[in-house]
Amino acid sequence: MEDNRFIYLDHAATTAARPEVVEAMLPYFTEKFGNPSSVYKFSQNNKAVITECRESIAKSLNAKGNEIYFTAGGTESDNWALKAAAEAYATKGKHIITTKIEHHAILHTAQYLESKGYEVTYLDVDENGIVKLDQLKQAIRPDTILISVMFANNEIGTVEPIKEIGGIAKEKGIIFHTDAVQAFGQLPIDVEECHIDMLSASGHKLNGPKGIGFLYIRTGLKLRSFVHGGGQERSRRAGTENVTGIVGLAKAVEMAMATMEERSRKECAMRDHLIDRILTEVPYCRLNGHRTSRLPNNVNISFQFIEGESLLIMLDMAGICASSGSACTSGSLDPSHVLLAIGLPHEIAHGSLRMTLGEENTMEEMDYVVDNIKEIVERLRAMSPLYEDFVKKNQ
Amino acid sequence: MYSEKVMDHFTNPRNVGEIENASGVGTVGNAKCGDIMRIYFDIDDNQVIRDVKFKTFGCGAAVATSSMATELVKGKTIYEALEVTNKAVMEALDGLPPVKVHCSLLAEEAIHAALWDYCQKNNITIEGLNKPKSDISEEEPEEEY
Repeated sequence: MEDNRFIYLDHAATTAARPEVVEAMLPYFTEKFGNPSSVYKFSQNNKAVITECRESIAKSLNAKGNEIYFTAGGTESDNWALKAAAEAYATKGKHIITTKIEHHAILHTAQYLESKGYEVTYLDVDENGIVKLDQLKQAIRPDTILISVMFANNEIGTVEPIKEIGGIAKEKGIIFHTDAVQAFGQLPIDVEECHIDMLSASGHKLNGPKGIGFLYIRTGLKLRSFVHGGGQERSRRAGTENVTGIVGLAKAVEMAMATMEERSRKECAMRDHLIDRILTEVPYCRLNGHRTSRLPNNVNISFQFIEGESLLIMLDMAGICASSGSACTSGSLDPSHVLLAIGLPHEIAHGSLRMTLGEENTMEEMDYVVDNIKEIVERLRAMSPLYEDFVKKNQ
Repeated sequence: MYSEKVMDHFTNPRNVGEIENASGVGTVGNAKCGDIMRIYFDIDDNQVIRDVKFKTFGCGAAVATSSMATELVKGKTIYEALEVTNKAVMEALDGLPPVKVHCSLLAEEAIHAALWDYCQKNNITIEGLNKPKSDISEEEPEEEY
């Protein structure tokens, strides 16, 4: 194995900011430091810049500038969407529908709301991770106030039928929120076409800075203030604006939109090559997530008889950064809730490997990764009592 | 996250393998929780552990504790091996992250399970050596692809 390689395959965890993004941000740390709320021209320029950023981000979603509210990131946006909608519409009802495969920013917020007297239905998904629309329709009640379904799953990459779900929500007059942290910048999103009322997004997943994100809130939703204080973000999220972050986010979004088509084509080709080679050349493994309704950069594979953390450490030693849904990597005894929700037995969920690609990756790197995976999986299986039993049983 | 010794025992595990017609075999853990250890002993007439092998399904710490545990009991009598605690395994590895302490307990259990198997086969009773928990036999049949 080569010593000096660094192959980053964890773009769903975070990405590097593009040099253009950093360059756009830099002046706002130093010479353009003004508080956008101040009266003098020096600061008012920053206010104008924020408005421009808001407009350009809104345009990428087919939304309006005043529907974009900047936050500290995806988790804050998810918290805001659920808590504020629950509070604002409590007089109509206290029932919320979401899914079993959401990010913890949604699941733990939903659990918090349950502790406050709300009732939450967690929809099942099929073996590919697709939300069951029949079950969604059946779950809707007169007191249902919110449906929250992620646009695409962060672990297995499955893209949900968001347009259909939005249509169902609209027909029933229920607010529809989607966590688009993984999808935004990867897939085209039109909030009008998909009937999305609220959408969470994050900067650092699309080569923007960390610590900045936004919540899209459709005009007319009477959500209350999430952070009380000054009049920033139309008084709904107070606090001096993160001007550098906003400028960086807007630049990142602009570039993500401009490069999406070509990037997606390149990533899909690498993704499919990686999937095909692994499934063909490594015995006893399976692809997790939908084969085609899938994020362009996501590969998630379970290797039977081995455990994910061991695999990650050995890949790390070969210069490859990836992640796993095993319990050891989550800090609990249970493997990923997403892998369990698609019906994987525990021991197979423990042996999962997620690789999320970026545009800087190359086809040559994919081959290097597969070659290493083959060697490592074989090595770990040679010391696995589960594999020993399996081989003896099948002799 | 891991000490150098843990990494060493994970990447170059000692005594990996199986022993045919072993004097004692112990398997502990549960695939559901993500850790299974199996230890094989070859014990001579003087009750000395002449050879030891292991197989482990689990994280880096699980492999490293198994490897270290086999090193610590090799050449010892069954009574001395029984004294090898999870603390001794951890100390020999220069410590483990708090969330991985259970791996060292599993290694201790695996030694005890293999000793129990040997004692059962040879009608030996050792005070303080109890029947191991049989988590693994309760597993559902494996799914195949």
